[in-house]
Amino acid sequence: MEWLREYCELHMDAHTLAQRLALTGTEVERVEHHGVSELEHFVVGHVLERRKHPDADRLSVCMVDTGGSTPAQIICGAPNVAAGQTVGVARPGAVMPDGTRLQKAKLRGIVSQGMILSERELQISDEHTGIMVLDQAHAPGTPLADVAPIATEVLVLEITPNRPDCLSIYGVAREVAAATGAQLRPAPWEYDPGSFGVLDGITIVNQAGDELCPRFTARIFDGVRVGPSPLWLKARLMACGQRPISNVVDITNYVMLLTGQPMHAFDRERIAGGRLTVRTAHDGERIQTLDGQQRTLSERAVVIEDGDGPTSIAGVMGGGRSEVSDQTTSILSEAATWNGPNIHATSQALGLRSEASTRFEKGLAREQTLWAQAVATRLFQDLCGATVRPGTLDLGAPPPPPVTIHLRDARIERLLGMSVPRARCRELLQTISFGTADAADGLDVTVPDFRRADVTREADLIEEVSRLAGLESLPATLPARRTAFGRLTAPQRLRRRLEDGLAAHGLHEIVGWSFQAPDVSARLLLDGEPAVELANPMSSEQARMRTGLIASLLDVAARNHARGATRLALFESGAVYLPDSSGVSGVAREPHHLAALVCGAVRAPTWREQHPPQADFFAAKGLLGAVLASAGVPWQLMAGSEHPFLHPGRRATVQVGAAGVGWVGEIHPRVASGWGLSETVAAFEIDLSAIEPPGPHAFADLTSFPAVHEDLAIVVGEHVPASELLAVIDSAGAPLLRSSEVFDVFRDEQRLGADLKSVAVRLSFAAGDRTLTDEEVARQRQLIIAAVDGQLGGRIRDAQ
Amino acid sequence: MSVTDRIEQLEREAQAAAAVAASSAEIEELRVRYLGRKAELPNLLREVAQLPADQRSAVGSAANRARRAIDSLLDQRAGELAVSELDARLQAERVDVTLPGDPLPAIGRLHLITQTRREIEDVFIGLGFNVAEGPEIETVSYNFDALNHDAQHPARAWSDTFYISDEVLLRTHTSPMQIRAMELSPPPVYLIVPGRVYRRDSDLTHTPQFHQVEGLAVDEDITLADLKGTLLAFARAIFGPEREIRLRPHFFPFTEPSVEVDVSCFNCSGGVVAGGERCGICKGTGWLEILGSGMVDPNVLAYVAGNGYDPERVQGFAFGMGIERIAMLKHGVSDLRLFYDNDIRFLEQFA
Ligand SMILES: [Zn+2]
Repeated sequence: MEWLREYCELHMDAHTLAQRLALTGTEVERVEHHGVSELEHFVVGHVLERRKHPDADRLSVCMVDTGGSTPAQIICGAPNVAAGQTVGVARPGAVMPDGTRLQKAKLRGIVSQGMILSERELQISDEHTGIMVLDQAHAPGTPLADVAPIATEVLVLEITPNRPDCLSIYGVAREVAAATGAQLRPAPWEYDPGSFGVLDGITIVNQAGDELCPRFTARIFDGVRVGPSPLWLKARLMACGQRPISNVVDITNYVMLLTGQPMHAFDRERIAGGRLTVRTAHDGERIQTLDGQQRTLSERAVVIEDGDGPTSIAGVMGGGRSEVSDQTTSILSEAATWNGPNIHATSQALGLRSEASTRFEKGLAREQTLWAQAVATRLFQDLCGATVRPGTLDLGAPPPPPVTIHLRDARIERLLGMSVPRARCRELLQTISFGTADAADGLDVTVPDFRRADVTREADLIEEVSRLAGLESLPATLPARRTAFGRLTAPQRLRRRLEDGLAAHGLHEIVGWSFQAPDVSARLLLDGEPAVELANPMSSEQARMRTGLIASLLDVAARNHARGATRLALFESGAVYLPDSSGVSGVAREPHHLAALVCGAVRAPTWREQHPPQADFFAAKGLLGAVLASAGVPWQLMAGSEHPFLHPGRRATVQVGAAGVGWVGEIHPRVASGWGLSETVAAFEIDLSAIEPPGPHAFADLTSFPAVHEDLAIVVGEHVPASELLAVIDSAGAPLLRSSEVFDVFRDEQRLGADLKSVAVRLSFAAGDRTLTDEEVARQRQLIIAAVDGQLGGRIRDAQ
Repeated sequence: MSVTDRIEQLEREAQAAAAVAASSAEIEELRVRYLGRKAELPNLLREVAQLPADQRSAVGSAANRARRAIDSLLDQRAGELAVSELDARLQAERVDVTLPGDPLPAIGRLHLITQTRREIEDVFIGLGFNVAEGPEIETVSYNFDALNHDAQHPARAWSDTFYISDEVLLRTHTSPMQIRAMELSPPPVYLIVPGRVYRRDSDLTHTPQFHQVEGLAVDEDITLADLKGTLLAFARAIFGPEREIRLRPHFFPFTEPSVEVDVSCFNCSGGVVAGGERCGICKGTGWLEILGSGMVDPNVLAYVAGNGYDPERVQGFAFGMGIERIAMLKHGVSDLRLFYDNDIRFLEQFA
């Protein structure tokens, strides 16, 4: 905040500013406090006297004049404290950066009325070997905040990837000015003490080409005195999260933070051969970076090398060899523009991101290199006593000419639904450094170089206008809607019907993972089943895409079972992923499945029914039938199914029309126990994508002529399935037989004979145009009895 | 004894017996004894014809009167006894009414994600949008290229996105359906796309799989103001009629201008809850971010220009929101992972 105020006059606190910025497109993640607080307790002090602590070798007892009537007695552990120094003092009540509040304390029996401060304690730098000694000019008792940078607010911004220009203090200042109406001060690079023309003392060759290195600039400074940076500079770097190192390095970091342009300072005398070459790396080339790591490059990377080999990975990280040291007296300052996509690829490949690479990869404007040189030149002169050599080395093609875009008044209104007067547009665009000229139907807008990559079209300008004009004033309207209406499709309605049906029958819906562990197919006895494999799963448990829903349901059932749930009734409705090159992705088809699982008692036990029946095949079949029937989907079961994870004697294929659409059955006990489930688990899974949603149902007159009901008990062989018996009855009973339904199955070896069962069937006869006579019904019944006898060897039990 | 005397005697006997009868079964016995097929009184009546002519009329009428009197007396007594017998039976049938009632068949629940998705779908269906779904396994081309993501876009990284191969991935958003929908049908298009999406992220607020709803409206004259009106209607339908929304400029590759949309917090007034505390839901800001949106970027329309989407002639808006986020805000769910844990105690809460 303190730094920002240098470039625009701000009359508001950090939180108000954050709100304004949010509404013009600069998201403020949070506002942090950097440094100390309760500033009235921080003052300038004069050390009057220093004595050794009687009971501690490393401590001193100091008498410090802090402007009060009597000096304060302060215990200090720093070796460099001495009488006559001007220091920063924290008095009791002061709050340190970590939030602790200073109190009067006794140290080895002697009272200390405060603390003499080091730079680290004030978050000005990491320096903590001694106290911070100020220059003498300040009177004791002067508020410390007036003479040293001990506290500021810090805005932590989220800069969107299209705005690399805002990765700089001045870029943010420009946005702040536009958002608040504050006056923007001239850019710090407008004054450049350097000069242009030929630069002696270095040879630089760009072998990588203008595409990879669009611009490379350098200046040389002599008489450099390397040392610590002044407090203000250190404090600004610290507030931005950068550790001060030495004035030269600090200046390059400071310039990057201010202008957005990363730069690097070489020790000129350590550049082997006095020559730098920019070239692409050899594939597999190794280089040691500043962080001490050996890194292997691909041939896309660009390196800078001197006579002894590569010194840095361009735009990503420097090398150790030509680093500035305490002995350095001559430096080469380098500011270059690198190809954004290539820097991105290099830093991705190396797994190495730096402050520089995050800026370069978004594509910086070539003009920024000279902004950085200008600011750095002034600072090297002011802070390192350096002299700049005449000339600037400047390689690369000239920057492209400024782009002018036509902005139509009518287009603004048509896109936004709100008009912005032309004069207002002009004013808004000028606050963010766009040039404007009047045109017949709008403005001709010239894009500043630092926005060249982001603003290329009329729509981009409309975005700038809309965000600065304030979207609060945008009206809220609804589309005019000349055509089209909204509704769910028939398959979507069918899906909702079935889901609602299952919930209505007491099942809870779950949402499982689309991912599946590779061993699931083996656990389902489906070894070798193909599945879509992820190339980069987050864990091996999630390495494949599921091919069915049953494993999700078993997972959830097992988890709830382990947590003490005894009655489980669950369903899931979701996609499965079947490897199939005919799918839209060329990889898989994604049919939508519906699956349900029941386990344990079908109803909760009560004091009236302590042992309700346990869910089994027929519970699952009953559910399936109930929901399909309620959705009007005709269905039938074929005994048996191909699925090895089902009980071999209790599984069936679900058919809708002639097509098999899924299965119903009891989970094979071996499979269920693999999930820790020892009770019977019954389930079904059907492919909704394979079911044609039913059309409107045709009316049948079932009331004008009442039906006649008859019950028949038929004794047939044990091997005859009920469905086959009913099929024979239905076909023999047509056309008068309306329905047939099994209502009892009875076995008794004594009365019926071995391997026989009695199946009781309820028949309903009716005709649409008359009431049936007893004779008509009797004739039809005889036909049925004859067919059952002839085709199945069945006989009527009552007739015995 | 004359016949008529005998009739009177029978009637008196019947009256006396009825008076002391203690149950409706005894009354029925009396009915058989005095009025049944073999009883004396009906026999007398049947034999009237054999009497001398001068007695027939008197005996006949006396017998008839007595029979009716006995019949009606027995009916009356039977009625009285039935009432007291029912009373006695009901007394004997007394139950402990404090025992639990029979539970109805339990009603299951749709998962909170499904409930929320349907709620969102229904709002937009009401606003004239259709619902479409698309493939979750997508091509890089639809997921990124066609949506104007440049080659360096960080979302493309293998650290952020699940890949099947170099060209095929798990979609990171429902936005590829913008392109697929516009390829399928020429303008106008009014569509929402609910569905699963995937990102390589896993913590308190991220799961590798989650759900989004995409919205797309392209027509000749759709404006940013229409986006605001549509989303205002949505926010009020979901979060309550008092809600306001605000648009904050932002950046998305496939919209221009792009905005993030906040809805005014339903839990507080301007960030402060009753009692003066800072609101925990909106962290004291008074606003909740619910979605990202904007006007469809001309580059996206140009990708499908061949199907009638000339960027100079048609324009539209698009938005995308997270279903879990809406559900978490609305129901105060604090941990995203609960949605995928599927604990029954979690599932059955949301009616
Ligand atoms: Zn709130």
